[in-house]
Amino acid sequence: MLAFLIKRLIQAVVVMFVISIISFSIQDNLGDPLRELVGQSVSEAERELLRDKLGLNDSFLVQYVRFAGKALQGDLGNSYFFKKPALEVILAKLPATLDLVFGATLIIVFLSIPLGVFSALKPQSIFSKLIMGLSTVGISIPVFLTAICLIYIFAIELSWAPAFGRGDTGSFLGLWDTSFLTIDGLSHLILPCITLASIMLPLFIRLIRSEMLEVLQSEYVRFAWAKGLSPSRIHYIHALKNTMLPVITVGGVQIGTMVAYTILTETVFQWPGMGFLFLEAVNRVDTPLIVAYMIVVGGIFILVNTIVDLIYGLVNPTVKLIRSK
Amino acid sequence: MPLLQVKNLEVSFALRNGSVKALQDINFSVERGDRIGIVGESGAGKSVLGFSILNLISRPGSITNGEVLFEGRNLANLPAEELRNIRGNRISMIFQDPMMTLNPVLTIGTQMIECLKAHRQITDENARKIAIQKLQQVYIPSPETRLDQYPHELSGGMRQRIVIAISLLMDPEIIIADEPTTALDVTIQAEIMELILELCERNDVALIMITHDLGVISQITKQLFVMYAGRIIEQGPTKEIINDAQHPYTQGLINALPQMTVRGERLQQIRGSMPSLNDSLTGCAFNPRCDHAEDICTETLPSYTASGGCKVACHLVEKMKNQEVLS
Amino acid sequence: MSKHSTPNINGKGNNHVYTLQERFFRSHFWHSLKVDLVAQICFLVFILYVFMAIFAPLIAPFDPYDPVSIDIMNSELPPSWSEGGESDFWLGTDNQGRDLWSTILYGTRVSLMIGIGAVLLQAFIGICVGLIAGYKGGRLDSLLMRIADVQLSFSTLMVAIIVLAVFQASFGTELYQELAMVMLILVIGIAEWPQYARTVRASVLAEKEKEYVDAARVIGLSNTRIMFRHILPNTLSPILVISTVQVANAIISEAALSFLGLGMPISEPSLGSLISSGFEYIFSGAWWITMIPGAVLVILVLVMNLLGDWLRDVLNPKLYKD
Repeated sequence: MLAFLIKRLIQAVVVMFVISIISFSIQDNLGDPLRELVGQSVSEAERELLRDKLGLNDSFLVQYVRFAGKALQGDLGNSYFFKKPALEVILAKLPATLDLVFGATLIIVFLSIPLGVFSALKPQSIFSKLIMGLSTVGISIPVFLTAICLIYIFAIELSWAPAFGRGDTGSFLGLWDTSFLTIDGLSHLILPCITLASIMLPLFIRLIRSEMLEVLQSEYVRFAWAKGLSPSRIHYIHALKNTMLPVITVGGVQIGTMVAYTILTETVFQWPGMGFLFLEAVNRVDTPLIVAYMIVVGGIFILVNTIVDLIYGLVNPTVKLIRSK
Repeated sequence: MPLLQVKNLEVSFALRNGSVKALQDINFSVERGDRIGIVGESGAGKSVLGFSILNLISRPGSITNGEVLFEGRNLANLPAEELRNIRGNRISMIFQDPMMTLNPVLTIGTQMIECLKAHRQITDENARKIAIQKLQQVYIPSPETRLDQYPHELSGGMRQRIVIAISLLMDPEIIIADEPTTALDVTIQAEIMELILELCERNDVALIMITHDLGVISQITKQLFVMYAGRIIEQGPTKEIINDAQHPYTQGLINALPQMTVRGERLQQIRGSMPSLNDSLTGCAFNPRCDHAEDICTETLPSYTASGGCKVACHLVEKMKNQEVLS
Repeated sequence: MSKHSTPNINGKGNNHVYTLQERFFRSHFWHSLKVDLVAQICFLVFILYVFMAIFAPLIAPFDPYDPVSIDIMNSELPPSWSEGGESDFWLGTDNQGRDLWSTILYGTRVSLMIGIGAVLLQAFIGICVGLIAGYKGGRLDSLLMRIADVQLSFSTLMVAIIVLAVFQASFGTELYQELAMVMLILVIGIAEWPQYARTVRASVLAEKEKEYVDAARVIGLSNTRIMFRHILPNTLSPILVISTVQVANAIISEAALSFLGLGMPISEPSLGSLISSGFEYIFSGAWWITMIPGAVLVILVLVMNLLGDWLRDVLNPKLYKD
C-alpha cells in the first residue's frame, strides 16, 4: 500500500510539475501584468521600476520558483475579471461541473453494462444489432450537435425540460450545493447529463461487448460450463468480473476525457460550471483563471486515476497493492 | 447397455463459405471403469471429440448428426438443464492448459464450492469439507490455505491437480482428460499422469484420455482409437495396436516414437502434414502422405476391415499383410 | 500434395501470374465489398463527399468567401421546399445571407482538408516513432511508449482546447483566424500520434520475429531499408483501419473546436463553425442553419466510422489493445 501511494505521489508530482511549467509559461507570455495594475499613463521609467519591484526582471527560474511557491500555498493570483483569488473562483464552480460528470457517469454505468452484456450474450438478436447500430451512429454525432438536437426537440418543440442554466440547488449536508436535491435542479440536469453521457456511452457499450465476447470464448468459461454451472452464474460471476477489469482501466482515462467534454456541454447549455468559466476566461485573456483551471483539472485527473487504480486493485486479485506485508 | 455410447457422431463448423466437417462417423463405447485413449496429430479432431461428448462445442460448431448416449439418454439433444446435471456431475473434464482453465479472479475455494452447489443441496461448510478432502486426494499440501488462494499464486502442476480435484468433486462415472499434461513441465507430466490413473482406478471411474502422445497412452489405456482428419482410422486393444499397427498412419506414428527405433538410427517421420478441413479430398484422407497409396485410395473412402482384435480403415490392409508374410 | 491443393487467392498455387488489376478483383477485399451493401453505400457516399469537396468552387452557385455576392437582406431564408423559401437558395441561407448549399460545399472542403491533413501528420509522426520504438526496442522503446501513454491519458480535446486557447490569447484573434487551419492541423495532428505509434509498434514487434526480417538482415540490408521497405508494408492494414476512424475523429475534433470559437472563423467556415453560427438561431425557429450542416457532418463521420468497422472486419488486423 505504501509503495503504491509513493508511486502515485511521484506521478502526481511529475504531472503537477509539467502543468505548473506550462501554466507559468502562459502566465509569462500572456498579457502584461503591469497593464492590469497600472494604466497607460505611467512612464516607461516608472514601469521599469515597478517591474523590478515585482520581480519581473528576474530570471525565468527565480520567477518560476516564486510562482510555484505561491501556487503550493493555493495562491494562483487574482482573476483579472472577478478581482478575486482565481482558485476560489474556480472552486466555486466545481460543484456544478461535478454534478454533470456524476449524472453522466450514472447514466453510463447503468446503461452501458446491461446493454453491453446483453449484446455480447445474444449477438445475433435484433435488439443487439440495433444497439450496435445505434452506438455507431452515436459515436458519429459530435457532442454539441447532440446537445443542440436535444434542446431543439425537448426544450423548444416539446418544452419538457429547460434549455439552459442550472436551476435551483439544494445543499448536501451544508457542504455541497447540488442540483440533484431539487426537482427544478434535476430537470435542468437531465439534458446536459444525457449529452455528456452520449459521448462515452457508445464507447463503453462496444468496449464491454467486445471484452465480454472475448471472455466468453476463454478456456475458464468453457471449463465453467463443463462443471455444470448455471448460465447465470457463468455469465455474471465468471465472465462479467473478468470483463470489467479492462473496462475499469479505460473508464478511468475516459473520466479524464469527460472533463474536457464538460467544456462543450456547459457552453451549449450555459451551465455555470468550470468549463464555461474557462472558456469565458480564454475570451477575456484572464490568465490566472486559465492557470487555476488547468491546475484544478490536473488535480481531478490525478485523483480519479488513483481511485481507479485502487478499485482495480480491489477487483483484480493478480494486482497486489499491499506489497509491504 | 454401455455406460457411454457414441454413434455415427458428426460435428460441423459453419463458416462463411459453407460448412466443414470436423468429425465424421465416430463410433465407440465406454464401459464403467474402462480406460480408452484417443490419439492423433493436432487438428485431427480429437479435442473436438472430447468436447462434443459433453455437448460443449461452441459456435460456429455443432453436432450435426449422430448420438452421444449416456445411460441411454442422448446428450446431443438433451435440454440444457438436464445436460447441466450431467456435466461436472456424472461426466467431468480435465482441460489442456491449467493456466487458462481456472478463472483468474475467483479463489480456488469459490471455484470448487460452486461446482458442488450447482449439483446438490449443500451448505458452504460441508462443501468446503468435501473440497479439502478432494484436494488431499490429489496430494495438495495444506489444502485449507489453498482454498483462499487465487490461481495465479500457484504453480502449473499445482493448478492441474486442482483441476483434477474439481473434476473429482462429484464422484463422476467418466472423466475426459484432454491432453492434461502437454502444458506442463516434463518433470511433472509423469506425476500428473500417474495421479489420474491412480484416482481412476481407485474410484472405478472410466477415463477417456485424449493425447497426441502414443507413449503416454500405451501405458494407461486398454483400448485405443487413432484419429486422422476427423475420422477414426484404427481402433482396438492398445497393446495390439502398439505391437502390430495395421494402418500406415498408425505405423508412422509409432515409428516416430524415440523408443521404437534403434539407437543411432534416424527417427522416422510422416512426411507432409494433415490436410486442412477446407480441402476437399476424395478417398482416404491419408493418401497424399501415404507411401503405399494406390489409385483406389484416391477414389473411394475405405471401410473398416477387421484384423485381429482391431478394426482398420485402409484399403490395403490385406495386401500389406500378404506382402509381410511373403517377405 | 500439390495435386490436391485448391488454387489460392493470390494465385501462388499455379504458374499463372496475375496482374495487379486482376489481383485486386480476385482479392478478399473486393469480394467482401461486393457482398456488403452497407459498405458499398458508404464507399459511394464517401466518394460523393470527396467529389463535393474537390469541386466545391465549380458546384457551388455562390462564392461564400466573396462578400460582394452576399446580400444581408437574404438572411435566414428557409430551404426552398418550405414556406417562405426562395428557389435560388435550395437549402436556405444563413444568418449573414449566404447560400447554405454553397457554404456547406466549402465547409465540407475545409473539414475534410483539416481531417485528412491532421491524420497525415499523425500518421507520419506515429509511424516513424512506432517503427523506431518497435524495431530498436530497449530503453528507447520504453521511453517513447511512456511518452505516448502520458499523451494519450490527456484527452486530445482538452489539450487542443488549452493550446489553441493560449495561442488565440497570445496571437490576438485576427492573426489567429488567418492561421486557424494550420493550427488545427498541427494541434490535432500532434495530439493523436500515439494511436499510430502504438499500433505500428505492436505490428512491428510481431513482424520482427518473422524469418523474412532475419533474411533481410542476413543479406546485409540497412536498418532503414528493412524498416521502411520490409516491415512497414506489412503493417499497412492496421494503419489503414485506424486512419479511417482517425479522419472521422479529427473531423469531429475540428468541429468541436470550431464550435467553441477556437477553430475556423465564420468568414471561412468549416462544418463545425457553420453549426456553431446557426446555434443561436434555433431558438427563433431557424433550424436549418444548424441542422443541415449538422446532418452533413454526421453522415460524413458515420460513413467513415462504418468504413473503418468494415475494414477492420475484412482486414482483421491485430490492433493495439489497451
